[in-house]
Amino acid sequence: MANLSVNIGKLNFKNPVLTASGTFGYGTEYADFMDLSRIGGIFVKGTTLAPREGNDYPRMAETPSGMLNAVGLQNKGVDYFINYIYPDIKDIDTNVMVNVSGSTVADYVACAEKINALENIPAIELNISCPNVKQGGMAFGTNCQSAAEVVRAVRKAYQKTLIVKLSPNVTDIASIAQAVETEGADAVSLINTLMGMAIDIERRAPLLSTVTGGLSGPCVKPVALRMVYQTHKAVKIPVIGLGGISNWQDAVEFILAGATAIQIGTYNFIDPTISIKVVDGINAYLDKHGFQSVHDLIGAIKE
Amino acid sequence: MKHIADWTVSENSQLSADFCLLKVCLNDELPEIRPGQFVQILVPNAPHTFLRRPISVHFVDYDRRELWLLVQIVGDGSRQLSKMQVGESLNIVYPLGNGFTLPNPSQGEKGAFLLIGGGAGTAPLLYLGKQLRDLGHQPTFLLGGRTKNQLLQLSEFEKYGEVHTTTEDGSLGEKGFVTNHSIIQMYFNDVQKHKSNMQMHSNGEMQMYLPPLYIYVCGPKPMMMAVAKLAKQNDIPCEVSLENRMACGIGACLCCVEKTTYGNACVCTAGPVFNINQLTWQI
Repeated sequence: MANLSVNIGKLNFKNPVLTASGTFGYGTEYADFMDLSRIGGIFVKGTTLAPREGNDYPRMAETPSGMLNAVGLQNKGVDYFINYIYPDIKDIDTNVMVNVSGSTVADYVACAEKINALENIPAIELNISCPNVKQGGMAFGTNCQSAAEVVRAVRKAYQKTLIVKLSPNVTDIASIAQAVETEGADAVSLINTLMGMAIDIERRAPLLSTVTGGLSGPCVKPVALRMVYQTHKAVKIPVIGLGGISNWQDAVEFILAGATAIQIGTYNFIDPTISIKVVDGINAYLDKHGFQSVHDLIGAIKE
Repeated sequence: MKHIADWTVSENSQLSADFCLLKVCLNDELPEIRPGQFVQILVPNAPHTFLRRPISVHFVDYDRRELWLLVQIVGDGSRQLSKMQVGESLNIVYPLGNGFTLPNPSQGEKGAFLLIGGGAGTAPLLYLGKQLRDLGHQPTFLLGGRTKNQLLQLSEFEKYGEVHTTTEDGSLGEKGFVTNHSIIQMYFNDVQKHKSNMQMHSNGEMQMYLPPLYIYVCGPKPMMMAVAKLAKQNDIPCEVSLENRMACGIGACLCCVEKTTYGNACVCTAGPVFNINQLTWQI
């Protein structure tokens, strides 16, 4: 058994396998299928200061080796989370972290402050990359100045581990990563979904109510892997890699490209037990190749 | 409790050009599965099918640990399912969703339960009809399709109740939509006057048609809305089963939402069955 534990900011993870926000509910949705304490961490559904109803149906279209979604951050707001969801998930024996989103810098700060007070939430993931909201979201994450501004403001209000989730819908993701690193982010996670669309040719109409949506699934993996590789080279803070991971081999690829930890997203829908299989697969790979620790793999590609 | 397991195909028969009856069985004992619930099937050997396919439970045979699925062939995923061979394995997440509300046995409600289905939407009504029958009620099935090729398993439905049919082309049963069927006229024409209707049954006896106690509907949305309107006008409780496009099936992705009186709700967990009073349909 190799050492699978990794550190991000002040936080220790028992293994590098985390589940991505928006694909794992609050963890409890998956409790029938797996032992949640076996994974390194859970990012719960994107949470905003005020409740959000999200976008109109249809919000999803299946695409080759993936899917588009346009959920639009449907959630009941941070106060509901604190009062009704947190009590049910605070004792899950893994790192339960909250993905925080907002329309304004003040929203992000207010939401982060409230979550800062929750003893058993050791980190937040600042979502400056949601492509499915009209205001805020990705608008913050596609430019270095606005990304820096929101991270600076949240960093002042939030003392625990601060992870910033980056958008791939940019020319140079590494420069955005550097901008948020400068402002005190403890880690970056990438990628959020790629903006895409699909059309019903019989109805001659878009398949999503919002016309465009976020593409995820195995089809985005090569793009995500490339961005993790580039970002790892550009920053000193840990990189959390995600985007289309559907088996342990994919996870090992991301770690070799420079990810300290990985998130599993869309593939949770296909196999609700995939995250456990990825933990076991990484462990077996390390043993087979004689590595003592997962750290030996991080960014270890031969060039 | 939800489960994930590999099931074995025990039968797969092509019922018409567009439908197959897929039976799968499990090595373990089946959990309780309620009528109206569904399963999510991982389709093997279908590279263009990324997501699992949600399929409603057509029937459950607990003795044989067997689940029946009526699959309409619409795309690559369902076509691949229609080609599954006996003995092959299918990975299934089950049982999902809430299911139809069954009458409380202690209430001893007697009277007609009207089960209205259209096309593939007839599928969950078989198991529902059986459960109602087991509880001592009389399900009446009203099944509609575009043509007779969409009206399947009629001999199975007949085991549990009276079966009436409509087709849009008149190839089986009465011609037209379910809402135009004469049985609907019999049930609803004089409801306002609370009069029972009498009709000569095929065996020569006069049969009494009281307004139904409850209506269950599954089928195309325009059909469900037409029935829901009728139920609402006549103040009869009515449940509809929705089939919004979904990804996860377990309430994690929030893709399959329907607008309800309490906000956007996941059809996969808050549904697929909704009382029409919970929905915001303009009927």
